[in-house]
Amino acid sequence: MASIRELHQQLVRKERSAVEIATEALARVQALEPKLHSFISVTADRAIAQAQQVDAKIAAGEAIGPLAGIPIGIKDNMCTTGIRTTCGSRILENFVPPYESTVTQRLFEAGALMVGKTNMDEFAMGSSTETSAYQVTANPWDLQRVPGGSSGGSAAAVAGGQCVVSLGSDTGGSIRQPAALCGVVGLKPTYGLVSRYGLVAYASSLDQIGPFARTVEDAAILLGAIAGYDPQDSTSLQVDVPDYAAALKPDFKPRGKLRIGVIQETFGEGLDATVEAAVTKAVEVLQELGAEIQVINCPQFRYGLPTYYIIAPSEASANLARYDGVKYGYRAADPDNLLDMYAKTRAKGFGAEVKRRIMIGTYVLSAGYYDAYYLKAQKVRTLIKQDFEHAFQKVDILVCPTSPTTAFKAGEKTDDPLSMYLSDLMTIPVNLAGLPALSLPCGFDDQGLPIGLQMIGNVLREDLLLSVAHAYEQATEWHKRSPSL
Amino acid sequence: MLDREQVHKVAHLARLELTPAEEEQFTTQLGSILDYFEQLNELDTGDVPPTTRAIDVSNVVRVDALQPYPAREAILDGAPDRDGEFFKVPQIMGGE
Repeated sequence: MASIRELHQQLVRKERSAVEIATEALARVQALEPKLHSFISVTADRAIAQAQQVDAKIAAGEAIGPLAGIPIGIKDNMCTTGIRTTCGSRILENFVPPYESTVTQRLFEAGALMVGKTNMDEFAMGSSTETSAYQVTANPWDLQRVPGGSSGGSAAAVAGGQCVVSLGSDTGGSIRQPAALCGVVGLKPTYGLVSRYGLVAYASSLDQIGPFARTVEDAAILLGAIAGYDPQDSTSLQVDVPDYAAALKPDFKPRGKLRIGVIQETFGEGLDATVEAAVTKAVEVLQELGAEIQVINCPQFRYGLPTYYIIAPSEASANLARYDGVKYGYRAADPDNLLDMYAKTRAKGFGAEVKRRIMIGTYVLSAGYYDAYYLKAQKVRTLIKQDFEHAFQKVDILVCPTSPTTAFKAGEKTDDPLSMYLSDLMTIPVNLAGLPALSLPCGFDDQGLPIGLQMIGNVLREDLLLSVAHAYEQATEWHKRSPSL
Repeated sequence: MLDREQVHKVAHLARLELTPAEEEQFTTQLGSILDYFEQLNELDTGDVPPTTRAIDVSNVVRVDALQPYPAREAILDGAPDRDGEFFKVPQIMGGE
C-alpha cells in the first residue's frame, strides 16, 4: 500500500478518488480478515461516507490536508460516537459511546477514513492480543504467531496493508512491542502530548495514544494530527506542536553533534542472540551516519517491571470499578440484590487477565499493604526517572531492543502471566518516566520474523526522535519488506 | 505468603465473584507475582520522594459551570435497565 504522501498526491492530482481508496482498503480488509482477525468491527459505511465528503471537497476546489482520504484503523479503546467500542471486553460488548474521543474527532476533521476498530488485549492488559474476548489476531509474518500487544490489531492491520496507518495506546509498551513484532513503526509520545479524552482508562498515569505506520514519515504526519493541548484532559500539556513531518530531512547527517547512548542493562540474560546482533548492527549504522555512540548505564532499569506491575494494576483496579452493570455495558441476569449484581456482572464480564490485575491492584492498595507495595513502587519510579535524567545529561537519544524476542507462538505464554509480563521489560521504564519512544524495524531473524529497535528521547523531543529514526530508515532497507499474505 | 482466604477477601473488596477454581488459580499466580515484587526491597528508598505522575502539571482548573448536555437520551439508552429518566437497579437490601 502507498504512503500518506503518495496517496495525497494522487488525490490532489485527481488520479484517484477518496472513494476508490476507501473501497480498495475495505476490499483488502475483507480479504485478509479470515487470516489476520485484526478488526473487532469493520466500519465500511463510515469509511465510504467520509471518503465522499473528501471527494466533494476536492471537487469544490477546496484544499485538503495530508490525512484526508487516508484509510486508518482505530484501536477499540477509543470512543467513537455511534460506533461500538468494546475495549476487547465482554463487559463493553454492546457499548455505543455517546461522545467522541479527542483523537478521533481530530482525525475525522482532518478527513481520515476509519475502516474499523482494531482488536486488542482486554482493557489493553496483555502483550499478545490473546486476552481479547473476541478473537486472536495473527502476526502477518507468521500466522501461527502473535502480533504482540496490547495494540496487536492496529499493528497487524498496518503490517498487512489493511490500512495505511492506525492508532494504538501504550501503557507499558502496547504500541512499541507489537510494532517490533509486526515490523512496523510505532511511537509512544511524551505523557500529555496527546489527549486521553475518550480513551478507555487502564492506568491513567501511564496511558498514552500514538501512531502505527509503515514509515517514519507517515508516523510523523499522524502524530502531528493528534498531538496538542486539549482542555478535556487535565494532564494535557500546553505546548506548541511542531510540524514533525516537515522537520524530517532526507539528508539528515548529525556529524558528531548527535550523541546516542546504548543502554547496557538491556543486553544480557533473556535477550535473543539474533535480536542482540540486529540491534548492535543498527547502532553501527547510526555511528556511520555520524552519531557519537556511548554506553549508558541505567542501573534501576530492571526494577521497571515489578514497579509497573504494582502501579498499573493499582490504577486499573480503581479505573475499572466503574464497570458495575448500572449505567452502560453488560449486566448479569437474575441477581439477588445490588451487591450480588456487581459481583456477578464483573465475574462474567471480565476475562482472566483483567481479573488478575484487579486482584493485584486491590490487594496492594488494601489496608496494611499500601506502604510496602504501592508507595514503594512510586519511590522506585522516582529512581527510574532519575536514571533517565542522568542519561539525558550525557546523550540526546537512547537506544535498546524493543522486545527481548521476536514474535512468539500463540498459546505459548498464556498460562504463565510472569513470562508474558517479561516481554515488556524494555518498554515499561519509558512509560514510568513519561518519555517519548518509538520502535522501528532493524532486521529479521532466521525465520523471517521482524526485529525492532527502540529509540527513546527526552521529554517532548519527538522531533529529534523522528529525525534520527528517519535517517536510520533511509539508510536501511528493512521498511521495504512486506509479509506475503 | 498469600492464602486462599485472603484471595477470597480481596475478591470481595473488588466486587468479583470467583469460582473455587479461580480462587485456587489466583492463590498460586498472585503468590508468585507478589514474590516477584520482593526484589524492590533490594533498593533503599528511605529518602526518595514518590512519583505520582510522569510529567507534572499543576493547578489545572476550570470554571465550575453547568452546561446543557445534548445526548442525555443516548446515555440513558445505553443503560442495561432504565425507568424513565432513572437508571434501574435490583433491590439493594435482602434477597440473599
